[in-house]
Amino acid sequence: MKQTLDAIKLSNAQIAWRAAQDLSDGSYVNLGIGFPELIATFQPQGREVTYHTENGILGFGSPPDEGDEDWDLINAGKKAVTLNKGAAFFHHADSFAMVRGGHLDLAVLGAYQVSEQGDLANWSTGKAGVPAVGGAMDLVHGAKKVVVVTDHVTRKGDPKLLSECSMPLTGVSCINRVYTSLAVVDIAEHGFVLREKLTEISFDELQALTGAVLHIDGEIAALKVPDSLT
Amino acid sequence: MDKTVGSLAEAVCDIADGSTVMIGGFGGSGAPIELVHALIDAGPRNLTVINNNAGNGHVGLAAMIEQNMVSKLVCSFPRSADPKAFTERYLDGEIELELVPQGTLAERIRAGGAGIPAFYTPTAAGTDLARGKPLAEFDGKHYVQERWLKADFALIKAEKGDAVGNLTYRMAARNFNPLMAMAAEVTIAQVSDLVSVGDIEPELVVTPGIFVNRIVTCSAPQQEEYLNRKGAVYPKVEL
Repeated sequence: MKQTLDAIKLSNAQIAWRAAQDLSDGSYVNLGIGFPELIATFQPQGREVTYHTENGILGFGSPPDEGDEDWDLINAGKKAVTLNKGAAFFHHADSFAMVRGGHLDLAVLGAYQVSEQGDLANWSTGKAGVPAVGGAMDLVHGAKKVVVVTDHVTRKGDPKLLSECSMPLTGVSCINRVYTSLAVVDIAEHGFVLREKLTEISFDELQALTGAVLHIDGEIAALKVPDSLT
Repeated sequence: MDKTVGSLAEAVCDIADGSTVMIGGFGGSGAPIELVHALIDAGPRNLTVINNNAGNGHVGLAAMIEQNMVSKLVCSFPRSADPKAFTERYLDGEIELELVPQGTLAERIRAGGAGIPAFYTPTAAGTDLARGKPLAEFDGKHYVQERWLKADFALIKAEKGDAVGNLTYRMAARNFNPLMAMAAEVTIAQVSDLVSVGDIEPELVVTPGIFVNRIVTCSAPQQEEYLNRKGAVYPKVEL
């Protein structure tokens, strides 16, 4: 590799920007807490997206100014939000009926590991401590498309895209696409299919950082983000 | 049929040691913090508590846990900005945790209130949280059997209420409250605004009074988020 991995790989904001380009007009979307929430910041102009939060809001908007928070108006990350026109409130069973019932178009989650079968591990590292699952195991079922945003490798440099997850699973065969810091990868019947990669990294270098075979099915597009975005 | 009771203390006075208690709310939003504090004053022990979380800071559910009133917690997400009360006791083995995915928790409570003893869900299929549960395949997909959840008491928070128990909620403070109202033997609602019977439009009633046993007025309820930002501790320091 000409440059170090850290120098070329996309930041979380850049990964979120790329994922946001695939938000479709008129869609209902759940963004997982933390990193996936960034995607709303980069929603392309002219596309109408209605955001769902597990605690019972459809159509919430950006955070309020500091001091204007209403703590009855929060998202699943317990952060204060505002309402867009046409918003609706509902109780938790209706909220998860929207999730499991196949009514959401897209759910975006973070990941510790994703397997080539589309298994996701994102709720527990399997180590001691207090386990917490929240809505992650529900969100991977029912949305028409379930995608992941993640660094391509762990902090230690180990692959996060693997033939099998070694950490406790959140769901089995549930992920359709992964947006990473180096590539965009779909999950097909036969495993990972590389759709886009940074031009700064070769296919062989990317394969070496991936824990399962990267299949090629047609053209591999250049993964590009705006120069202004860091 | 007048379901109003005169005080928070009276509303919770018969919650005995060993009871199962549902507590509404998602974090601090919709948490009936005054009813919880009244329960701390009453002091029953060995309670099983069903809530989405495990408390935050030193008020509400966290304060109940600090008073060693809770022996088992059924929840989806026992982490918060300040989860110390639960975390310490959990790691010391003093409190049992039943971890339930959030949508399954909601549906188990709804099922409890609706007379459905079990149901199948795709959630948790193939994961550690399905261990020991009956599995089934429907139309080629895998599902996990989950049981209903019921409680002796539910403590919930509503915005408007009337003497017959009809309730409305404020914004996202609705969350688990209407479900828990259905699933307990005795549902106790604190309402911010007690209105005359007939003043809530029938079209706008969210929880019909049949699900509610006691109504207590708490006209200026506290928000857990504000209390925690002020460093409040219950019951040691009242702010």
